Amino acid sequence: MDYLIDIVLLGLLMITGFAIVRMRSLLAVAMLTSIYSLLSASLFVALDAVDVALTEAAIGAGISTILMLATIALTSDEEKAPRHTPLLPLIVVTATGAALIYGTLDMPHHGDPDAPVHHHVAPTYLHDTPGEIGVPNVVTSVLASYRGYDTLGEVTVILTAGAGVLALLGYRTRRLNSRGPGNRQLVVLRVIAKLFFPLILLFALYVLFHGDYGPGGGFQAGVIFATGFILYALAFGLGNAQRVIPHRLLRIMAAVGVLIYAGVGIESMLLGGKFLEYRVLADDPVTGQHLGIMLIELGVGITVTAVVLIIYYGFVSRLHARDI
Amino acid sequence: MISLIADILSWTCLLGGAIFLLIGAIGVLRFPDFYSRLHAVSICDTLGAGLVLTGLMLQGGLSLVTVKLLLMFYFLLFTGPTAVHALAEAALQSKLKPLVDEHES
Repeated sequence: MDYLIDIVLLGLLMITGFAIVRMRSLLAVAMLTSIYSLLSASLFVALDAVDVALTEAAIGAGISTILMLATIALTSDEEKAPRHTPLLPLIVVTATGAALIYGTLDMPHHGDPDAPVHHHVAPTYLHDTPGEIGVPNVVTSVLASYRGYDTLGEVTVILTAGAGVLALLGYRTRRLNSRGPGNRQLVVLRVIAKLFFPLILLFALYVLFHGDYGPGGGFQAGVIFATGFILYALAFGLGNAQRVIPHRLLRIMAAVGVLIYAGVGIESMLLGGKFLEYRVLADDPVTGQHLGIMLIELGVGITVTAVVLIIYYGFVSRLHARDI
Repeated sequence: MISLIADILSWTCLLGGAIFLLIGAIGVLRFPDFYSRLHAVSICDTLGAGLVLTGLMLQGGLSLVTVKLLLMFYFLLFTGPTAVHALAEAALQSKLKPLVDEHES
C-alpha cells in the first residue's frame, strides 16, 4: 500500500517534470514548479521526513513561486526558442541519468537496517537525545545542538544570499504609493488578507517555539512569518507593508539573527563551555540545552524572515520603479 | 455498530468527494472559456475537498486529528473562493471577455 502512494507521487512528479520541459509559457512553468514542490513535500511526508516536508512546502511551493512570478513580471513570460538542436543536451542528460541510476545499484535498499547511515552517528543521537537534551523531536536536537556549527553556517549563507540580492537588485528608495494597487477590485482580497495575516503570524510563532516537540523550527517559521507580510504587501501594496516593517529594519534584523546565534555560542564560551555548548547556559544542563535551542531557533527565524522579505522588497520595488 | 455506521458514512463522504473532484477536473478540461472553467474549479474546492475532509473527520473520531481537519476545512472555505475570485477579477481587468450566447442577449 505504501508502495502505491510512492509510485503515484513519483509518477506525478515525472509528469510535472516533462510538462515543465515542454511548456513555453513561463507563467505556467512557475505554477508547475510550485506543484512539483508540493508533490515533493508529500513524498517527504510519505518518507516520514516531516521537517523537510514543511520546509519544502513553505519555501518551494510558497516563497520561490512568488519570487519566480516577480522575476517573470520584471522580464518576459515567454521562453525564447532554443537556437541549437536538443540532441547534445539530451545525450548529456541521458548519460548523467544512466550514471546516477548505475550509482544507486550500490546503495542499500530503502529502510535497510544494515545501511551505513544507521550505524554511523544516528544511533548515538537517537540514544542520547532524551537524556542530554530532553527534546522529543530528534531532528531539532541534531540540527540545533549536535550540529549547531553547520546550522550557524547555513544561517550565514542565507545572510550572504540576502546581501548578494541586495547588492545586485538594489532597493529603490522612491516614495511608494501607500494606497497600493487597485482599490475597489481588491476589497475581497483585503478582507481575507486582514483576517489571515494575524493567523499566519501566530502559526509561524507556533512552528518556531513548538519545533522542539513537533516538526518545524527557525527556518520554516521564518519563511511562514515572511509569507504573512508578503500576503499583506500583495493585498495592501508595498508602501503600506513598509510602514509596518521598513526596509531599514529588515537589514538590521538579518544581521541581528546571526548575531543572536553566534552570541549564544560566545556566551557559552564565556560561561566556561565550548562554542555553542548550551548546557552551561543554565544550572541544569537540560534546561541550558532548551534555552540555547530556543535562542538559536529565534535567531534563525529572524534572519530568514528578514532575508526573504529583503529579496521580495527588492523585486517589487523594481517593479514599482518601472511602472511609475 | 456505531463504528460500522461511521465507516459507512465516512466512505460515502469520501467517495462523494472523489466524484465531485473528478467532475471538477472534467469540467476544467471540457468547459469552453476561462470563467466557466473557474466555476468547475470551485466545485473541487468546496464540495470535493469538503466531503473528503468530512469523511476523514468521521474516520478520525473525537481526536486532535479531527480538530486539525476542521481547521483545514475552515481555511479552505475562505481561501478557495478568494483565490477563484482573485483569478476572475484579474482576468476581467486584463480585458478577457466572458463567452456569452449571442442569441439570448
